[in-house]
Amino acid sequence: MHHSIEIEHLSFAYPDGHPALRDVTLRIAPCEKAALVGPNGAGKSTLMLHLNGILSGKGVIRVSGMELNPQNLGRVRSQVGLVFQSPDDQLFSPTVFDDVAFGPLYQGCPPDEVRARVDEALAAVHMSEYARRVSHHLSVGEKKRIAIATVLSMKPELLVLDEPTAGLDPRARRSLIRLLDELPLTMLVSTHDMLLVRELFPRTIIMDEGSIVADGPTAELMSNTALLEAHGLEMP
Amino acid sequence: MHIHFLDPYRPRVSPIHQLDPRVKLSLTLVFILTAALSPIGAWPVYILLFSLALSIVLLSALGVGYVLKRASLAFPFVLAALPVIFTIPGAALVSLPVGAWRLTATAPGVERFVSVALKSWLSVQMAIVLAASTPFPDLLLAMRALRIPRLLVALFALMWRYLFVLADEALRLIRARAARSGQSDLPGMRSGGSVAWRGRVAGGMAGNLFLRAFERSDRIYMAMVSRGYDGEIRSLPLPAIGQSSWLTLAGGLAILGLILGLGLIF
Amino acid sequence: MLLSPVAMHIPDGFLSTLVSLVLWAATAIVVGYALKRVSKDLGERQVPLMGVLAAAIFAGQMLNFSVAGGTSGHLMGAALATILLGPWAAILVLTTVVGVQALIFQDGGLLAMGANIFNMAIVGVAVSYTVYRSVQKLSGGRKWGVFTGGFAAAWLSIFIAALGVALQLAASGVSPANIAIPAMGGIHALIGIGEGLITLGALAFLYATRRDLLHIGEPAPARGGLVWAAGLLIALLLAVASPLASVFPDGLEWVAGEQGFLEAAKSPLYQVIPDYVFPGISNTTLATIIAGIVGALIVFGVALTVAYLRRNRQTTG
Repeated sequence: MHHSIEIEHLSFAYPDGHPALRDVTLRIAPCEKAALVGPNGAGKSTLMLHLNGILSGKGVIRVSGMELNPQNLGRVRSQVGLVFQSPDDQLFSPTVFDDVAFGPLYQGCPPDEVRARVDEALAAVHMSEYARRVSHHLSVGEKKRIAIATVLSMKPELLVLDEPTAGLDPRARRSLIRLLDELPLTMLVSTHDMLLVRELFPRTIIMDEGSIVADGPTAELMSNTALLEAHGLEMP
Repeated sequence: MHIHFLDPYRPRVSPIHQLDPRVKLSLTLVFILTAALSPIGAWPVYILLFSLALSIVLLSALGVGYVLKRASLAFPFVLAALPVIFTIPGAALVSLPVGAWRLTATAPGVERFVSVALKSWLSVQMAIVLAASTPFPDLLLAMRALRIPRLLVALFALMWRYLFVLADEALRLIRARAARSGQSDLPGMRSGGSVAWRGRVAGGMAGNLFLRAFERSDRIYMAMVSRGYDGEIRSLPLPAIGQSSWLTLAGGLAILGLILGLGLIF
Repeated sequence: MLLSPVAMHIPDGFLSTLVSLVLWAATAIVVGYALKRVSKDLGERQVPLMGVLAAAIFAGQMLNFSVAGGTSGHLMGAALATILLGPWAAILVLTTVVGVQALIFQDGGLLAMGANIFNMAIVGVAVSYTVYRSVQKLSGGRKWGVFTGGFAAAWLSIFIAALGVALQLAASGVSPANIAIPAMGGIHALIGIGEGLITLGALAFLYATRRDLLHIGEPAPARGGLVWAAGLLIALLLAVASPLASVFPDGLEWVAGEQGFLEAAKSPLYQVIPDYVFPGISNTTLATIIAGIVGALIVFGVALTVAYLRRNRQTTG
């Protein structure tokens, strides 16, 4: 049986020479929910951009058992639902429907299948009646849900989220946590929200300066005050 | 903080709102073309076009006041046509002494000026009804139906989507400038600096806006690529046009054709 | 309000049908070619970039600043877009801006959109490109070339585009050439300074923060020479034609006289219908009276229907 994600010895440096990832090795099992924490600039976003080949460094990445290479980029991308931090970047179409339909359209689904997938994805995030709405009239919380629907419509195995709770008021945050809890997918979530980590993710991965510095059960890492402090994190 | 007022769409329940956007856009264009084709001084034609326009505004439930108020926004341009009152030769109406000159308004001059102003006013009313009764995404669909190239329609869609986001950013920049533009009570202290300086400040803000636009477009590109975007513009096929829409289109074309025909006779 | 940035968007009703259609045709050809060029030369990354930059130009037009006497400086954006994206993509960006302004804000007409795109997106970009590229060449890619070239490109793009507007109005017979051209030219020589200053400020900001965006010293894009020559030709043609047209307005009056083929077509019809049906009342007066009655009846009928439908809805709903 394959893993959802397997990363072996991944290193990456930006064109200006600044190293962003140093020898990262990581495995995530199907339906596992893991949190990725660490200070800003630790390499969390860079790592996420590698998971569907937007950036490519040295090393091996396998998604659902497929090795990531230029030939199967399209298939890998439909397995990895990558949701960016700002929903205004994620939602680039005039209407909610167009945005959720974008992924299936580029996967080559026939029109009826596209419509069915949009209905299904919007139902999964409890936003069915929003299909005809215009994105810029939505609240931040609504936009975040639609942003998740835009990748759910591609039927991915794995959901990768960047700062899902940033900028949400307490009620919108609570409803988003409930949503993440009920989605039956593998999840890798980068966040600064340690309360969210403790509540939702059995496993935590700590990154700093481009490397994984700790990886284990959330409860265990959270009680290690020295470790947290050393990497600029705070126990909730 | 959101710029909602930029969106001219006014949701109402009306036959005009329910009309297929493709039919609506086509008929609006034909109406404007009819106004443009009707000769100078064809008063009967203008009266009929005006009653048609007024009927459409009434049917649209947008409110006559709203449409007329917005239509007046286009009026300043009429200034450009003002000189024709005095320069077209013909029977003199009024003669005004202006300094050393005499300006003589002629009958054909006035006729031409009023005709141009009326045509313009009628055309803009229909454009307003179109924008206020049709959500922009539906207009995009109508553009695709009229064979506007896909890439251009995609650019229209992206611009419209980010218009509001960037207008919000511009408004934040303007507020930040206003917050720092104090006025001094001291005599001899002029506030605001020189024109060149004010221009440079506005330019710096524009540069800032462009930089953010560049960075945002990078992030949008990544969001598109991670959902399979490959440079080609794809969209779902257009829905079929219903029979009643075809009938409306034919009826509208017939009425406008008839009015234009009248313009030929009188 | 902030919705009418440059006095350069011609509304519907001002241009003769002939002038509108000719400019639509010219615009369709150039924009069509630009679309082909852009899809061929530029990467897929350009699509979101062009869309967002179009929105940025629109938002940038909100950043007006007072110049003098109640007028204010605004951004048309042709020069900035050309410097940042190259001529072909800039044509598409400006086309999008002009199109959205007309469709959403009625800033410029729909039938007149061809002319507006022609003036702002095609003339504006071609002139900007010629000026900026030439100054860049002269300066050998030094800093002063960027700023002088940017300011000059912005100013001239506004000025020449305004001459284009004036000529089109004169050719349509709605504004005499000997008044429209000096008036439009004069006003926009001032407005152009505002455009130049904003462009300069924006370039200074980008030069300090992201110099790579300015493409300093890069080779010309594909078919750049074509745009350069076109810009030079347009600028020369309009700069020469305009004073000529203002001195000899009769030439344009002739074009205006040729307008309305309907006016020409209707003269034989006059001979079919006798001039006076009723003694003392001309046909036109009669037709106007009849049209007034018919029009009033139509509007009255529609108003009654709407009122009836609304009452029905209220009683049922």
